[in-house]
Amino acid sequence: MTEKILLKGNEAVALAAIRCGCDAYFGYPITPQSEILETLIEQHPEKQTGMVVLQAESETAAINMLYGGAACGKKVMTSSSSPGISLMAEGISYIAGAELPCIIVNVMRGGPGLGTIQPGQADYFQTVKGGGHGDYRLIALAPASVQEMNDFVELGFDLAFKYRNPVMIVTDGVIGQMMEKVQLSPSKPRLTDQEIEKLYGDWATTGKPAYRKRNIATSLDLDPGKQEQFNMHLRKKYLEIERNEVRYEPFMCEDAEYILVAYGLSARVCRKTVELAREAGIKAGLIRPVTLFPYPYKAIESVVPRVKGILTVEMSAGQMTEDVALAVKGKIPVWFHGRTGGMLPSPEDVFSLLKNIINGTFDSADVPGINYQL
Amino acid sequence: MEQNIIKQEKNKVYQKSKLLIDRVMHYCPGCSHGTVHKILAETIEELGIQEKTIGISPVGCAVLLYEYIDIDWQEAAHGRAPALATAVKRLYPDKYVFTYQGDGDLASIGTGEIIHACNRGENITVIFINNAIYGMTGGQMAPTTLEGMQTSTTPRGRSHIETGFPIKITEMIAMLPGVVYATRQSVDTASAVRKTKKAFLKAFKSQELKKGTSFIEIVSTCNSGWKMTPVEANHWMRENMFPVFPVGDIKDLI
Ligand SMILES: Cc1ncc(C[n+]2csc(CCOP(=O)(O)OP(=O)(O)O)c2C)c(N)n1
Ligand code: SF4
Ligand SMILES: [Mg+2]
Repeated sequence: MTEKILLKGNEAVALAAIRCGCDAYFGYPITPQSEILETLIEQHPEKQTGMVVLQAESETAAINMLYGGAACGKKVMTSSSSPGISLMAEGISYIAGAELPCIIVNVMRGGPGLGTIQPGQADYFQTVKGGGHGDYRLIALAPASVQEMNDFVELGFDLAFKYRNPVMIVTDGVIGQMMEKVQLSPSKPRLTDQEIEKLYGDWATTGKPAYRKRNIATSLDLDPGKQEQFNMHLRKKYLEIERNEVRYEPFMCEDAEYILVAYGLSARVCRKTVELAREAGIKAGLIRPVTLFPYPYKAIESVVPRVKGILTVEMSAGQMTEDVALAVKGKIPVWFHGRTGGMLPSPEDVFSLLKNIINGTFDSADVPGINYQL
Repeated sequence: MEQNIIKQEKNKVYQKSKLLIDRVMHYCPGCSHGTVHKILAETIEELGIQEKTIGISPVGCAVLLYEYIDIDWQEAAHGRAPALATAVKRLYPDKYVFTYQGDGDLASIGTGEIIHACNRGENITVIFINNAIYGMTGGQMAPTTLEGMQTSTTPRGRSHIETGFPIKITEMIAMLPGVVYATRQSVDTASAVRKTKKAFLKAFKSQELKKGTSFIEIVSTCNSGWKMTPVEANHWMRENMFPVFPVGDIKDLI
């Protein structure tokens, strides 16, 4: 067992990358995640493991550096925050289209536009419904603690290579900046080209030896028939991911009459709300999606017959709540509470809103933020 | 009878590079791309670096370049090849990495990526096909389009008042300390092809020195886009392109 140390979420991501044998990081500074690049440069992993760390000239360049490194079969990572992720959207689509593994960390801030440097969760649609062009999906992991910021780096690489698909760690400025005790992962050496080939196959562009055909990393196929075949192949892959990789955390759901659904920081807030409600004799529970794609539709669907309603809480004007509604299929009411612009939801506000729901006074407008019933 | 005696293996003085894959190229007859591909394949074969070479192909008429030369390839998004090459070279400092880019790809949408890769002195070779037009999308204005030149988006001729001047990106690149070799060549005559080949060999070899970026512009023809016969296009290029884009070494620190 390694020691537990106090770290910021962003620092945990950086250290986890070095320790899990990441080969390269490329990134461009943006608040609230610049500590990832800074920590990596400070740690000087070139000296420790030979990991490449480079400040790119833009997020566009960073994501394309990721493409180049990923196509070599290497474990590569970048990180940014909302506006930077928008700039990366083109490259993410190409990486998904070329079926390359990599990790992109989005430490979300409020938007749209330059928005604010304060935390937000308004990139949910961008993460799971598109962002870039074409029919592709990202595997999206949503940590709710500094420990998970550490753990999801290795998990992310495992999933990225298993499915040859980009993985996004989607978190927010609070999780990125707050400090908690973390159990660091054990240090692993970087893989050699031979090990990569043995583990994942010989698709990487490492220079063509005589014994194999040339490898090509591309997302292009001008033949409509073949392009459709490829899209069908992708869809099959995404269905397999949906079957195998759904992760969520239920909290006090067994006897709950009202369920909160929230991820990341909002889930931490809602956990507190559940505790407040339980103290007051209200049977509340929480479902925290850990993977945003694949989404735990079934977990939500399964509680529908036994609960009176669901309240979704997000730091957005209402994005994930549409997936909650999709799972509920109109069978019970779904309410939404959102804070935006860098404002945070509070356990007390969410509790007040829950009481209003129970009392039939949801519309009383005494809780700040964006509140509506779907 | 005579012919058969001459046509023997031992008498061969020239043959198609083994790295050129045997398939019909999609280029218009007379297009410079095909000639440059041949030079590229020969260079990699002669240096014996097939196993150690990774090419980055562009978006442009050469988008299918990876179908023609038997090495490992990465197909980049439009203009982003130098960013891919940066990562590949940093992860494999002892391999040979090059980008192949058109003028729209390199000097318009990808200006940021090329300038910064060259400024960092990435140990890569950049092959830059300047045909003063967007060939692939049907002949629109490129940043290198000459003043007065007609394209589908400058039907009255390019005017610097409206759309600026033909950009001399190789001269700009040469100013960067990260660049060790910047040259401008052409492939319109046998002797030009030989000179370009020399430049290729030099540029690829220079990657071993790890001193910085090597950059080769090839002033090229796009007879389809220019709406000329191949022969007319070569004449037109010499008369109109060479004065603006003069052929020769711009910087040589190798
Ligand atoms: C982001 C993006 N914008 C536009 C295009 C359309 N497009 C394809 S090739 C091209 C221009 C290519 O011109 P050039 O780089 O000069 O190459 P050439 O065909 O002349 O060799 C454009 C604009 C694209 N593929 N991607
Ligand atoms: S359009 Fe121009 S650049 Fe493209 S293949 Fe034809 S001649 Fe070559
Ligand atoms: Mg062109």
